Amino acid sequence: MVPLLTFAIIAIYVRRHHKLSSYLAVAAIFIAWLLSMVIVLGAVANMPHFVEEPAVHLTLLRIPTGATTLDIGVQIDPLTVALLFMVPTVCLMIFIYSVGYMEGDPRYSRFFAYICLFTTGMLGLVVADNLLLLFICWEVMGLCSYLLIGFWFEKPSAMWAGLKAFITTRIGDVLLMLGMVLLYTQTGALRFETVFSGVEHVAETNPNLMFVIALLVFGGAVGKSAQFPLHVWLPDAMEGPTPVSALIHAATMVAAGVFLVARMLPIFVVLPAMPALAWVAAIGAITAFFASTIAIAQDDIKRVLAYSTISQLGYMIMALGMGGFVAAVFHLITHAFFKALLFLGSGSVIHGVGTNNMMEMGGLRKKMPYTFWTFLIGMLALAGVPPLAGFWSKDEILAVAFEQNTVVWVMGTLAAFITAFYMTRQVCLTFVGQPRNKEIHAHESPRLMYIPLVILAIGAALLGLLGVPADFPVLGPLLGNNPFHRFLAAQFHQWHYVHLPHVSFNASVMLISIVMAGCGIGLGYLLYGRKPLEAGQRDPLERLGVIWTVLRNKYYIDEIYRATVIRGTIALATMLFRFDQRIIDAIVNLVGKLTERLSYVSRLFDTYVIDGIVNGVGRVTSAVGQELRYIQTGRVQNYMVIVVISVVLLMGVFLYM
Amino acid sequence: MIPLSWYLIVAAILFCIGLYGAMARRNAISILMGIELMLNAININLVAFWRYITPDALTGQIFAIFVITVAAAEAAIGLALIISIFRNRDTVIVEEVDMMKW
Repeated sequence: MVPLLTFAIIAIYVRRHHKLSSYLAVAAIFIAWLLSMVIVLGAVANMPHFVEEPAVHLTLLRIPTGATTLDIGVQIDPLTVALLFMVPTVCLMIFIYSVGYMEGDPRYSRFFAYICLFTTGMLGLVVADNLLLLFICWEVMGLCSYLLIGFWFEKPSAMWAGLKAFITTRIGDVLLMLGMVLLYTQTGALRFETVFSGVEHVAETNPNLMFVIALLVFGGAVGKSAQFPLHVWLPDAMEGPTPVSALIHAATMVAAGVFLVARMLPIFVVLPAMPALAWVAAIGAITAFFASTIAIAQDDIKRVLAYSTISQLGYMIMALGMGGFVAAVFHLITHAFFKALLFLGSGSVIHGVGTNNMMEMGGLRKKMPYTFWTFLIGMLALAGVPPLAGFWSKDEILAVAFEQNTVVWVMGTLAAFITAFYMTRQVCLTFVGQPRNKEIHAHESPRLMYIPLVILAIGAALLGLLGVPADFPVLGPLLGNNPFHRFLAAQFHQWHYVHLPHVSFNASVMLISIVMAGCGIGLGYLLYGRKPLEAGQRDPLERLGVIWTVLRNKYYIDEIYRATVIRGTIALATMLFRFDQRIIDAIVNLVGKLTERLSYVSRLFDTYVIDGIVNGVGRVTSAVGQELRYIQTGRVQNYMVIVVISVVLLMGVFLYM
Repeated sequence: MIPLSWYLIVAAILFCIGLYGAMARRNAISILMGIELMLNAININLVAFWRYITPDALTGQIFAIFVITVAAAEAAIGLALIISIFRNRDTVIVEEVDMMKW
């Protein structure tokens, strides 16, 4: 029953690319949402059995490719179900919101067509049962992100941002594809189950190669999930319309990278020492810490959120890197809710105010009450304030980190502190105090826009309760002993080499993280909230001097890339161009000239010899005819004489012979 | 019995008269008559050869009948042509009917 419904979902998606009207788009995503909910509820209701035998397959398409056939199909397992809960719900909210936000845009229907395709890519990715389908959907999303980030292509910055996103993620995609190809050559399959069964053998015979494959696959995730050092595209992606930012940052694009690592976790852990996993953890931790520091010094309301997304994705990657599979997926889902909420909230602010610059905002609390309260919930969830969703998921990651690696844990906790700080800064700058730009007359957004905010806020507030640690006092047993964990933990039980560390509840870690969040919020309030910035007043953090400048300029990563990678590429291209011009072109020209000469000779031959023969034949024929025409007298008796003479002559010849 | 050569000689003489008529006469009807003579000379040859050399096979006689048939057809067409020419040009003298030359 479940795969049948999934098939229906996909059929609906294929159908709905052609729908351009927003209502059809919303209706389509609503149907998809309903079907996904049926699957999710079916799986949850049937939980013990489902957990025992999780993967349900349905082969949709068989592509014969030489000796082997390629099966394209869908697969429903706990991980898929978890994402099927999150993706359509968040997407539905974003779609509804977009109906209001994009009102009056000249390319209204095109926008909906794009986001529909985008969502299709994500859902296809989630249900894919093999690497190929996953990769196709992955690329569909890459394309859509390019189209959507550059949606307002009249703005050069948007155009360049789209290009940057596309090219940066492409680096990751190439790595992923290499990893995929290597996996295929080693295991002879692309289907997850077969691959996971096959890698164990590969790991025994060729551990180095296995390590490389894992790193390559991770490279794909790094590009897509905007991890350091390929994170540069994501803040620029803010040039797109805000619902797109929400879609990319919360529900789909960046989640795809984390999803990929989660899905492919067996190939990371198959090596005994798990060297690839250490890399994953390191990259995640670095990203989490480093992106959160950049977020402190940004003025653009969406850019702050963008860096916070990068940092939160770092958390998830970090968790995966330490085997905290459940924690990562849990955080992925809660994060999708509160980050979509925050983005849509900021979109609502931008809609009401008309600028992205937080320095020009302020005092919006009274004017935009719905936006303020929902934004506040999102902010508290992100900052990790109990009992909101972000608290539980972030805390689970930190608990995993604490048991696995203290350095990572310290970085994660610091990042949590900084996150709390910059989110407080953002809320204070935006909503508290007096408007700093007197020319802006803010107004609350239409109902179509704030209702999704409210729904997402409820999700952001309550969703965390699904994953309360089982041994948390009172609440744990009350909420069903962490149903989320039990549901998801069975994901890899078929592969005995996957040992996920069991994380027990750790009160001290939790306390520390609460204290950190509290400190962050407190410090933020102290600096920005107690006496709100007046118009023209400078940011108090500018007193940090050099550090401020560095953070403000995002560690100069873009500049470094420009100086090294881009300049290197250009230099290489120039060199190749010279090579082309000097050598290849010379050869081509030489060949051309030779051919020309040869054809000249051949032309002479044609003119004088061939034409001569043809003309000669003609001329001879005509001359002979000229002479012979005199025989044609028109007198029958002359002919007869000739006939008789000829006969006589012939007879003479005959007799003579 | 009359030897074969006599028949052949008669036929040859007849043929030569016909040939001369066809080649030298100016009147188209005379030319036609010359042609008839030549055909009949050949008929004599055919029948004579049949009678003296292969009396058992019927080929000679059959062939002669064929030739007579063809001659009749030829005479009919020839006369029709001549009448047509006469109607158009008021003459049956072949030298005056020479528009088909260069």
